[in-house]
Amino acid sequence: MPAIPSAKAPQPAATNPAQIRNFCIIAHIDHGKSTLADRMLGITGVVEDRNMRAQYLDRMDIERERGITIKSQAVRLPWRSGIDGQDYILNMIDTPGHVDFTYEVSRSLAACEGAILLVDCAQGIEAQTLANLYLAMENNLTIIPVLNKIDLPAAQPEKFAIELANLIGCKPEDCLRVSGKTGEGVEVLLDQIIKQLPPPVGDPKAPTRALIFDSVYDSYRGVVTYVRVVDGHLSPRDQIQMYSTGVRHEMLEVGVISPEPIASNGLGVGEVGYLITGVKDVRQSRVGDTVTTYNNPAKVALAGYKDPKPMVFSGLFPLDGAEYPMLRDALDKLQLNDAALVFEPESSAALGFGFRCGFLGLLHMEIVRERLEREADLTLISTAPSVVYNVTLEDGKSLVVTNPSEYPEGKISEVKEPIVKATILAPSEFIGTIIELCQQRRGVQKGMDYLSEDRIEIRYTLPLAEIVFDFFDQLKSRTRGYASLDYEPVGEEPGDLVKVDILLQGEKVDAFSQIVHRDKAYAYGVKMTEKLRELIPRQQFEVPIQAAIGAKIIARENIRAIRKDVLAKCYGGDITRKRKLLEKQKEGKKRMKMVGRVEVPQEAFIAALTTDSDKASEKRK
Amino acid sequence: MNLAFYIHIPYCLKRCGYCDFNTYTPSELKIANSLNEVSSSYIDLLLIEIQQAKTKVTSAAVPSIFFGGGTPSLMRPSDIGRVIQKIKQEFELKDDAEITLECNPDTVSKKSLSEFREVGVNRVSFGMQSAIPQVLATLDRTHNPENLLQVTSWAKEVGFSQISVDLIYGTPGESLADWSKSIDAALALPVNHISAYALIVEEGTKLAAQIKRGEIAPVDDDLAADKYLLADEKLTNAGYEWYELSNWAKPDAMSKHNLAYWLGENWWGAGPGAHSHLNGKRFWNVKHPNLYKERIQSNQSPVADFEELKRDQIESEKLMLSLRLPSGVNKESLNQDQISGLSEYVKSGHLDLKNWNHGRATLTLDGRLIADRILRQILL
Repeated sequence: MPAIPSAKAPQPAATNPAQIRNFCIIAHIDHGKSTLADRMLGITGVVEDRNMRAQYLDRMDIERERGITIKSQAVRLPWRSGIDGQDYILNMIDTPGHVDFTYEVSRSLAACEGAILLVDCAQGIEAQTLANLYLAMENNLTIIPVLNKIDLPAAQPEKFAIELANLIGCKPEDCLRVSGKTGEGVEVLLDQIIKQLPPPVGDPKAPTRALIFDSVYDSYRGVVTYVRVVDGHLSPRDQIQMYSTGVRHEMLEVGVISPEPIASNGLGVGEVGYLITGVKDVRQSRVGDTVTTYNNPAKVALAGYKDPKPMVFSGLFPLDGAEYPMLRDALDKLQLNDAALVFEPESSAALGFGFRCGFLGLLHMEIVRERLEREADLTLISTAPSVVYNVTLEDGKSLVVTNPSEYPEGKISEVKEPIVKATILAPSEFIGTIIELCQQRRGVQKGMDYLSEDRIEIRYTLPLAEIVFDFFDQLKSRTRGYASLDYEPVGEEPGDLVKVDILLQGEKVDAFSQIVHRDKAYAYGVKMTEKLRELIPRQQFEVPIQAAIGAKIIARENIRAIRKDVLAKCYGGDITRKRKLLEKQKEGKKRMKMVGRVEVPQEAFIAALTTDSDKASEKRK
Repeated sequence: MNLAFYIHIPYCLKRCGYCDFNTYTPSELKIANSLNEVSSSYIDLLLIEIQQAKTKVTSAAVPSIFFGGGTPSLMRPSDIGRVIQKIKQEFELKDDAEITLECNPDTVSKKSLSEFREVGVNRVSFGMQSAIPQVLATLDRTHNPENLLQVTSWAKEVGFSQISVDLIYGTPGESLADWSKSIDAALALPVNHISAYALIVEEGTKLAAQIKRGEIAPVDDDLAADKYLLADEKLTNAGYEWYELSNWAKPDAMSKHNLAYWLGENWWGAGPGAHSHLNGKRFWNVKHPNLYKERIQSNQSPVADFEELKRDQIESEKLMLSLRLPSGVNKESLNQDQISGLSEYVKSGHLDLKNWNHGRATLTLDGRLIADRILRQILL
């Protein structure tokens, strides 16, 4: 009976650091992290069976639907070790599982002493997991390799135990085997966390230093900040201070999550919990920052704080221009909970008023867009994503371009674009096609290793712009879904880039402009004009579509004028039916955006996102 | 008030592949071998419904009666006569009332035409569709195109002065030259009214299934547009005037009954599936003849459902119907958004500039081809 009756469990602010273990779970999407976490909540008794629901810790609809974790959380789990019979506190810190949130992951890892490397033993390790594993190793975390889903018929624990052993330098038999679904092996895992992980170390007498590893906006409580105390002590009576800004806040509440928030007398060395100060905006309580006390501030901050930098930019416009104020309010609200989201007003000749938004990556972009549409009930057009270009003009002036339509027309001496280091894991049979894709995308190979007999790790540097442009879709389709990808920025390099404009009826449509490599500009122009010809319905006049670099036309297509759009018969019994049909068609028309005199369907604005023209025409059906 | 009558005859000897009308063959209904036997009992039902109309409307002047179908010419002339007499008895049938009978060229003789004329029919409309045997075959029509000259001549000989033929263009496989021949053939007939409809492939028809299976090519809308232009040119040159998108007539030969639909007037539709319109309310009968029969025989109303039109819907329908006519829409009835939307079509030549400047939105020849598109711009 290793679950501890709650009254007897070690209490917050009164727990000896030697009794504490802080860990996180590193896993790929759908490798069963949430199910395992659910199981731990159940076995340790912090959630009673009757209150259990699937993916207990994933709070947002989107998280639950997509099976991914966007924001992290920390849960305090009391556990009596089956090995030494002592009572312990396990703090499970949930980490976001996606490449866009690497920085948040790194802060979560910094709050732990150890990590469970959780791998689905029917699938093997994936690139993003590997990236996070390396991050954990860099943070000197103790790694416990765990094979999950051993209950599956397709499980190959022996095979993947070897793979894990090779990666982290342990023996295959050191890999624990669990099933989050059935609970098998989970108690052993809890005991092993206590046995293998070191307890936290800190100076209780030193000025307080606590690491912020997450910060969440709650509409009732304001910002809830998740911290791990390194030195000193946080108590409900403290006035606290953020190290980076020097701003002082009243502490309204401090506590732990188990798994609902419970106020406590404070948090001591090594403990993990939350604090509430009445702040309304997560940007005032930034991930990575150090919390100290106002009366006895720390001299040195904890290492590793940085501002999240948006990597991908896209324009978001309401389909109905009247919804602009609603979009602004919705973005403001979202930003309360998403310090990485940046935006500023943008006006497009084609799309009207909207916002240029910066995101950590493509998934972040998708999630923001989806939340805006869902939570604020908006219909949005997003323009093709762009990266950040540093442009130096011949006169020596330089500027930062995040929007292709602002790309300077004048003489340019140099353009620098962001470069990423990409890691791709895949079955080795796909080496050829992956290398071919990376070469096409201006990649430079940096190395290749076999993880096991039939799985490889390929490393490339690539311009981020190439990844943004449907790289992941291509990679997935070329490898029948088996490849996984991770990337991180590694600076910027000059590139031979040009802006390709698209003209409808001779008028440049700013929302369609793209910056592409000169060698690919022609092919891009041909593809885009073809795709738009397919996507834009025939109008009552002819619509020429052109692609141009500056004044030079590089591709041209033509949408012929519609000749006939009328039903021949309209007698007594047809009248009701015909009116209803016209009304229905008129509704459909509202989904179109007027660009000049041309009705353009929403899909056309993201046409530049895909290279696969079949996909574009399929969407139309 | 005025009340036009539409009388539905839901019977055909054979269903054509493109047709989705509410009509049935003897084998579908599992009734008597000959529709001639059905005629009398079916007409009895119609007389009861006309009696019901009388109860509801009490008094009205009847400017037109239209026997449509189905194949009304399958009914015995005496039975058609009974319907006309009943209407005359219950309402005030105008002296100049237009009484039309739709005819299948295969099912009339000089004698039957003469008898229809004697019982009061004064206008006949023949389903010609095409003069090209191969096109008729695609449409699944059985008549011999050469019969048309015969039957229209008979009609003329027995005294009909209002004779119409229907044409269909845009049938898969029909060339522009084929269509040209069909128009010429129609113009060579002793008729003074021609309707020309672009083929609509209705869901659920045999033709739709054949196209879906790839046995028959889909309709080419661009070619259909060319055919419309050709028809308008040829018919205009032959002295016909368009008075609705798909209808052309010699002077004084416009169909009053059809105009009643387009001008939003009142009409009563009797028979299975027939639609009625009374002062902003639309209602329609149950579709199946057997159910219709049950309702009528048990003295119930055959109405299946109704729609009370809201003001916007009345306006929308008015726009939808009047834009199809040469007189078009009065600009004064339009709001500012509608006016500015339409002015684009004036610029693009789809609405007539001169009429526009005189306060009316009227379709040009090109505009007639995209009338629905223009309507979507201005519907409320």
